[in-house]
Amino acid sequence: MDSKNSTKPKCIGVIGVGSFGTVIANILAAKNPVMVYARKQEVVDEINATHTAQGRAMNEEIIASSDPEKLCQSCDVLFFMVPSSGFQNVVRIFSPFLFPYHLIIHGTKGLCLNLKEGETLETVKKIKRSQILTMSEVILQETVAVRVGCLAGPNLSKELAQGQPAATVIASKYNEVILEGQSLLRSEKFQVYGNSDIIGVEISGVLKNIIAIAAGALAGLGLGENAKGLLISRGMVEMIHLGNALGGSIKSVMGLAGIGDLVTTCNSVHSRNYTVGYRLAKGDTLETILEDMDEVAEGINTVRIIKAFLETADLRAPITENLYRVLFEDLEIEEALQFLMKYPFNVDVDFV
Amino acid sequence: MSYLEEKYIKHKYEPIHPSKDEWPVVKLARERKEFVKKVADLSEDRILNLTGNNPDILKEELETTLYREKLRIKQNPWVVDPDDDSSFWSGVKSALVQTSTENSKSKSKKLQAYKEILNSITARYAEEIASNFKTTHYKFTRSVVTYGFSRLLNAARVKGFKSIFSNQYTLQDKIQITGQTDQLRDLATKGTVVMVPTHFSNLDSILIGWVISVLGLPPFIYGAGLNLFNISIFAYFMNSLGAYKVDRRKKNLMYLETLKTYSKEAIQFGCHSLFFPGGTRSRSGMIESKLKLGLLSTAIEAQRANFENGVNDISGKIFIVPVTINYHFVLEAPSLIRDHLSITGQERYYKENDEFSNSYKISKFLIKFFTKGSDISVSVGKAMDVLGNYVDAEGRSLDKNNRVINTRDYFISDGKVSVDSQREEEYTNMLGKRIVEEFHKINRVFNSHLVAFVAFEMIKKQNRKLDLFDLLRLPEEDISISYDEFEENCQLVLDKIKELKSQGLINTAPHLSLDLAEIIRLGIENVGMYHAKRPIVQDKNGDIGTEDMSLLYFYHNRLTGYGLEKLY
Repeated sequence: MDSKNSTKPKCIGVIGVGSFGTVIANILAAKNPVMVYARKQEVVDEINATHTAQGRAMNEEIIASSDPEKLCQSCDVLFFMVPSSGFQNVVRIFSPFLFPYHLIIHGTKGLCLNLKEGETLETVKKIKRSQILTMSEVILQETVAVRVGCLAGPNLSKELAQGQPAATVIASKYNEVILEGQSLLRSEKFQVYGNSDIIGVEISGVLKNIIAIAAGALAGLGLGENAKGLLISRGMVEMIHLGNALGGSIKSVMGLAGIGDLVTTCNSVHSRNYTVGYRLAKGDTLETILEDMDEVAEGINTVRIIKAFLETADLRAPITENLYRVLFEDLEIEEALQFLMKYPFNVDVDFV
Repeated sequence: MSYLEEKYIKHKYEPIHPSKDEWPVVKLARERKEFVKKVADLSEDRILNLTGNNPDILKEELETTLYREKLRIKQNPWVVDPDDDSSFWSGVKSALVQTSTENSKSKSKKLQAYKEILNSITARYAEEIASNFKTTHYKFTRSVVTYGFSRLLNAARVKGFKSIFSNQYTLQDKIQITGQTDQLRDLATKGTVVMVPTHFSNLDSILIGWVISVLGLPPFIYGAGLNLFNISIFAYFMNSLGAYKVDRRKKNLMYLETLKTYSKEAIQFGCHSLFFPGGTRSRSGMIESKLKLGLLSTAIEAQRANFENGVNDISGKIFIVPVTINYHFVLEAPSLIRDHLSITGQERYYKENDEFSNSYKISKFLIKFFTKGSDISVSVGKAMDVLGNYVDAEGRSLDKNNRVINTRDYFISDGKVSVDSQREEEYTNMLGKRIVEEFHKINRVFNSHLVAFVAFEMIKKQNRKLDLFDLLRLPEEDISISYDEFEENCQLVLDKIKELKSQGLINTAPHLSLDLAEIIRLGIENVGMYHAKRPIVQDKNGDIGTEDMSLLYFYHNRLTGYGLEKLY
């Protein structure tokens, strides 16, 4: 991408400097000037002075700012890498400075509720698809930007930071977003695939967090690889049916952002979702687990939203349903496992 | 008929361009020959681009087109088809055979030969599509329509011999135009308007032409089904109203590309245009929910081309204006709904049929229309840019928070306006969705829509176990709803409609504020009033029945898409 105006080179923007945001900023900085956004001034100062973000090393060329307007003016392409809980707020902060020429790619796995003022998940209980927003739908709803994409796949920040080989998917309805994302991120160590089914890719990345909790729980119960294989395969079937009901295609679940990410997350003992399941199985309560975590385990929120969605969808999702009962209704994890073992999954594969 | 005296503003609109020489459509008619040639050449370029300048692919496309055209001539000939149709295509055939058998020719020579054949086809199509607008005819037609209609109207309403010369009623008493008419007039002087109306009846084309002229706007060019040109009197009217011809029998690549090029170039020329984005009359009676995006994409293309050419001010801006037309009665309803049901019954292909072709039927309808009360309302929606953003009084696009944005930004990549057909395809989808949303918002509910909706939903509820097709096959004499229950249900649905209206999601005709019994009485009287079999009838006890379930379904469908079914 050297065709940029040479007199005033545009930066690539990265919003959020958590572990994944930092890694992506570093990958981007290998080819282009990068400007990152952090809300807290001390984080901005840290990056600009010592080239670290909360202790994580950052490319020395990267500039940081806490001014959303400055970022939007300096960058045509913006990567939103913030946790889903704060995603909508951050997008709203940027919205007044975004214009239709901006390309936005996000790397956030989560869902957001689209409820009326005063409503919460507790008060409505049942939700329809139109009341759930994926992160790209949040961007489309809150801003005037339309050329939106997402980044998903088996991308553990720690391994990426070490420069281990990995791949990711950029999904967007717009070919130009995919091509731009590929040319910005691709390197010898980092392969970038494209997919036009953005909803399917986003949903895959979200649903796999549910299965990751279950994988942690199996490990916590001391079960072995057979059980894990069973879970991953049944988990994939559940993701496919749920993904379909939420507007994604089967193909995307079979891809890097679905199966690829599922296998990685179910084997990654450091993942927050996995830890939640593991500690639940060891007998800890959800409250104590949450107290110990500094960042949220995305899967817990996803389980609640999908459970409420299942109330309106003509669909069964046994793993999610039982996980919900374990998390929020004090079902013993052993009982949940018993239930799943008896559940009549008669047919191995019924979706192709 | 007290409800006829509802208040609405009966404007007298002055023409927005005082001198008709300034109308782009007149300029276009003057330069018709050059314009047709330009369209033919540009279409050729587009097709060459699509075939990657590869003589083999081009040859295949030419052969497909030839095959389909021969088939059309044989199987589905129309009066309006030119006499030399068959000889032209025979010529194409021999030229094709000759070129492909000459083995000695080099690849580039062959491509050249195919190009020539291609150009002869696009030139023929462009000529066929182009309108034959003539200002004198336009003036004449306009006065005939207005004068003729108002004569009929007055004869019908004011009794007595002298009534034929009375001017007490004008067409505007009959057809109410509501909504953003001033904005439309204003923007039409500044930029280029693309009007997108709902389409329920063949009458729409003439009706919209009349509305445009009442509003003082210059004639819009619009694609009218070539089948309408089969009838010479229609052909005369259409030609003089600026219609260009769309032949739905021709679905080959070359025809479609020429058609799109014509539309795009005319918009870029500054001609206000009109598409029926549903593509064809709504068969089901529902507001179009899936739009034909082909012609719509030409508005986006023209807008991008204007930006590419540096026309960044309002003179190069294209405004999309949705319009809904509301009827108590659709002449073609019986055959439309029959078509719809046979299509949804898994029949993929059906022949374009044409019950409007009968002049007797049309005149009978017109007389009924003018002698009895069947009001029509035309609601003009808010103008949008080609991405579906509303625009302000100066024609500037606004985002959801009313911040001024530049439409050009949507076409920018790396700081420059760029051509990206995949992007524009997505934009067309977005625009289509926005138009459907606006249709629902500006749609005006009539009393007849309300009663048809309630009656059908109640019958459906009574027969919960039947699927749609069995429901429609119920013997009409077995259907009866008690009046009291019916009234209750009408109240329920009306309340919901009013709630939706307060949220700006639907609109209602003023007569819906009458008291309920009166709304129901008039609704039953109005719904499908001229059909031989009435969609709703009342027996001597006042209970509700129907003479034709399918028709009732058709009129009911007008209110689908609002979630009102959930009340049942």
